[in-house]
Amino acid sequence: MGEKRRTVIPFGPQHPVLPEPIQLKLVLEDEKVVEAVPQIGYVHRGLERLVKVRDFNQMVFVAERICGICSFQHAMTYSLGIERLMNIEVPERANYLRVIWSELHRVHSHLLWLGLLADAFGFEALFMETWKIREAVVDMMEATAGSRVIISTCQVGGVRRDISPEMLQAIVKLTERIEREVKAIEHSVMNDYTVQKRTVGIGVINKDQAWKLGMAGPMLRGSGVKWDARMLGYAAYKHLNFEPVVETAGDCYARTVVRFREIFVALDLIRQAVAKIPAGEINVPVKGNPTGEVMIQVEQPRGEVTYTLKANGTKYLERMHVRTPTFANIPAFLTMLPGCELADVPVLALTIDPCISCTER
Amino acid sequence: MFGMLKPILKNWAGKPATRLYPFDKRDAFENARGQLEIDIDNCIFCGICVRKCPSTCLTVEKANSKWELDPYNCVVCGVCVEACPKKCLHMNKNYRTAAYVKENDSQIGKPPVKKAVVE
Repeated sequence: MGEKRRTVIPFGPQHPVLPEPIQLKLVLEDEKVVEAVPQIGYVHRGLERLVKVRDFNQMVFVAERICGICSFQHAMTYSLGIERLMNIEVPERANYLRVIWSELHRVHSHLLWLGLLADAFGFEALFMETWKIREAVVDMMEATAGSRVIISTCQVGGVRRDISPEMLQAIVKLTERIEREVKAIEHSVMNDYTVQKRTVGIGVINKDQAWKLGMAGPMLRGSGVKWDARMLGYAAYKHLNFEPVVETAGDCYARTVVRFREIFVALDLIRQAVAKIPAGEINVPVKGNPTGEVMIQVEQPRGEVTYTLKANGTKYLERMHVRTPTFANIPAFLTMLPGCELADVPVLALTIDPCISCTER
Repeated sequence: MFGMLKPILKNWAGKPATRLYPFDKRDAFENARGQLEIDIDNCIFCGICVRKCPSTCLTVEKANSKWELDPYNCVVCGVCVEACPKKCLHMNKNYRTAAYVKENDSQIGKPPVKKAVVE
């Protein structure tokens, strides 16, 4: 028995399961991956540099376009940062509206991800079903905000649109409908033989490793660490009750379960927010320019995003730095890859819920 | 293994989830942001929309009374609509369809009337 022959297979940047461009050079021995070398940089757009030429109010819309799925949370994180720099007190109603739109984004993002995962292991019926459910959520965003995904409703000092009481009731009805429909597919996600065969025991990251690798979001919670940036109580989360979803197994199945159960938590948070939303103003006028430096965290569907903003008293910021959750999860992904089968790579790639255009900005 | 059977049977017996698009169109929602339009006769060419626009898709030439929009650069955020002092900008709720030739929406208006100077 001589040394096994090694083969290098390029995974991406164009790959059927991964719409976003990341390349992995997979070094294989037979069907086993022994090493993975990532290469990113295909969709760098230089959005952070735009702070030099767009004023701090215009930058909300640039920040929103960093990610096409969790766009509202990007705009909200940026606005929260500027509001903290300028000591702006946002009206309570705006805080609640921010929570409602954030959680709608979380629901649609998790459903989209679940569909993509189902597609990755060849479960087409589940893929179609989840995307059918998701369609109602993006329709609701169009009805309330005017656009389907990049809703442009957040601004420094509050939100730009109000939701009427009738629409709030329609949102509650929609959450009940989605809950029913998601419960109908729960059995096929949690107990299905095919799903379990492709996810249980694959890509295991234990609690210590997860913490050391600096993982974020559902990845971290899937490994048993109870950490959710919403516990910090930004926007109106301080007034709402929720328990972060935690699983201990740390494998692909645990991460799937975490994201699946988070859909129900998000739906519950929307209902709580609608029940508690106060009447009043939705934004306050912003006067002057920001000064100082701030770091702010917000929980996105993919995990914790961190914005570092540095302002110098002019209308243009000096620096904006974004640390996206996918960037935090790539080291974990590279740790999971060596030792796995080639056929499991797409499933592993999808359980980190990669958003490469976020990461490269 | 038969977990999906119930949703599949339900879908099989129920109505289709999609529309036959070109024949059956869904109306846009009431406040949807589709495309930017201007009522050029009321425009005073102040240029506030140009300064507020995050995507630099607008140009205004006061000397020629010209307002120009690059619709394929516009992100349809609606900031200009909120900022316009004369409320002459508005959003059409129907989205802009694909085009063979990408042309700017250029409009020439009436020059703003100068106030009479009292001597």
